[in-house]
Amino acid sequence: MSWMKKTALITTVASIAVVGAACGNDKGGSASSSDLKGKIAIDGSSTVFPIMEAVGEEYSTEQPDVNVTVGVSGTGGGFKRFVVGETDLSNASREIKEEEAAEAKKNNIEYTKLSLAYDGLTVAVSKDNTWVKELSLDQLEKIWLDPNVKTWKDVDSSYPAEPLKFFSPGKDSGTFDFFSEKVLEKKDMRKDVQLSEDDNVLVKGVEGTKGAIGYFGYAYYAENKDKLKEVPLSAEGKDAVDPTPETIKDLSYPLSREIYTYVNNKSLNDKKQVADFVKFANENAGDLAEEVGYIKMPQDRYDENTKAIEDAMK
Amino acid sequence: MNSTPNKSVRELIQQNRQQKFSVKNVMERIMPIVLFLCAFVSVVTTIGIILTLVIETEHFFEVVPFKEFFGSTSWYPLNSQPEYGIWPLVVGTLEITVIAMLVAVPIGLTSAIYLSEYASDRARRILKPILEVLAGVPTIVFGFFALTFVTPLLVKLIPGIQIYNALSPGIVVGIMIIPMIASISEDAMSSVPKKIRDGALALGSTRLEVALKVVVPAALSGIIASIVLGMSRAIGETMIVTIAGGSNPTAAVNPLEPVQTMTAYIVQVALGDAGFGTVEYYSIYAVGTLLFVFTLLMNLLANWITRRFREEY
Repeated sequence: MSWMKKTALITTVASIAVVGAACGNDKGGSASSSDLKGKIAIDGSSTVFPIMEAVGEEYSTEQPDVNVTVGVSGTGGGFKRFVVGETDLSNASREIKEEEAAEAKKNNIEYTKLSLAYDGLTVAVSKDNTWVKELSLDQLEKIWLDPNVKTWKDVDSSYPAEPLKFFSPGKDSGTFDFFSEKVLEKKDMRKDVQLSEDDNVLVKGVEGTKGAIGYFGYAYYAENKDKLKEVPLSAEGKDAVDPTPETIKDLSYPLSREIYTYVNNKSLNDKKQVADFVKFANENAGDLAEEVGYIKMPQDRYDENTKAIEDAMK
Repeated sequence: MNSTPNKSVRELIQQNRQQKFSVKNVMERIMPIVLFLCAFVSVVTTIGIILTLVIETEHFFEVVPFKEFFGSTSWYPLNSQPEYGIWPLVVGTLEITVIAMLVAVPIGLTSAIYLSEYASDRARRILKPILEVLAGVPTIVFGFFALTFVTPLLVKLIPGIQIYNALSPGIVVGIMIIPMIASISEDAMSSVPKKIRDGALALGSTRLEVALKVVVPAALSGIIASIVLGMSRAIGETMIVTIAGGSNPTAAVNPLEPVQTMTAYIVQVALGDAGFGTVEYYSIYAVGTLLFVFTLLMNLLANWITRRFREEY
């Protein structure tokens, strides 16, 4: 080889070596425990999704070899997979139903319930809706049940006759179950409702339609405050309350609720990465919940979770 | 080989036959079988798809009577008292298809006429690939184009239009089909022999008259086939209508209101994880079978038209 080629070759190899050495030290510094590997399968509520997504992202910076996937099949959809052992964690915006618990027992799946945060189910209307100031739970029930209520005028004669358009999560959603139980008293919702498991679709629908009314988790409202208007709700005999972090936490907002995640005990005990992740999630869920728009619970609730995790791991 | 240059052909053939198991001869006999098996894979796959659809659809019809499926005009499967009338979904699908064809056929055909009759060779070599690019855009990109560009534009132009409506995805599906119609029609028109055009021109027709009265009728079978294929593509379109069309199954025809097509319904149930074995789960197979039958009929129709009305020169 000519000396020119040799020089070029040596320079190239040397620079690659330098760059490689410089990049190589990145990972070594931070990890406290030995680097974990493996997969964690999470599915369930779209309401809880923003928290779990944030936890998963933070966790990946600590344990980059653990692959965390979070699905959004809805609370019901998530449980269908959880009770047959397909997922390690199931996110839920309502508690597990009796049928689901029975199915889990049948399949020898034991689980631990962990509360993550508080959420306030927010009823939203479009920014162009200038007339509605508050709604009572009874009015809300009538609007969502009675197919003869076609315009806002039918709700209250002082409102204009703008046609009502409905946006709701679908049957697989825990948010739907919660709304159905609390507001509709388990009766069938009216039929001319646009359903979607994806809360972003609902937000877009409500924001763009003058006479629209829809409901979803507080985080989706908080993220789109500039495009949506929330409706203060009044329970029986009480004053109307806006959904805010304070009213949700002290339960004065009528549609406050806890949101949960359920852990498969077998995954907790057999898979080191799941145990590590669950502990990490418990420590950070409160702060991350606040960041995505939900409300942190008091510290003793998280301590209860820690105890429940330890009990499950014995 | 130990052949001498003066061997006769007969001797060479004998020599070849004696080497029965040489690589060349074995390959020669195996290849047709291998190629047949490869082609057979697609036949087997098609049969597999049909069987799956039919078997699961049968489970659906064990629970839901034919009369309700084809007779009722309300589709509310996600209710405690579900109704399974298919017409709202079919009407939604047809609404989108009609709007799409109203957009795609005029633009596609005129593009084809321009490309085959008027464009210079250089112009055609530049324009045709650009048209093909449009065909290569993923449908989900088209879907978001419909939702974030076309819909706000329509909201400004048409008062009373909802944010999820049938007009916006219909227009975008039409845009998506333009390359298909333009390309196939242009091929059909280009294959009309130059003699016929020259003859018409010699008799004093203008170029436009040649294009519309001579070439288009001659290429008609290919043009109609392209339109029918475009329709079958529009019927089966999934992503665009799911993103921009809404989820409101209704048998009332109003392009300014949200609809739900057969494909969008399948997406909605598939994303929500319907339990295996429930009627909901089987309903997507029933809808899927109907969709399959529609597109199959369209494709058969296109083939028949091509064969029957083709003018061979």
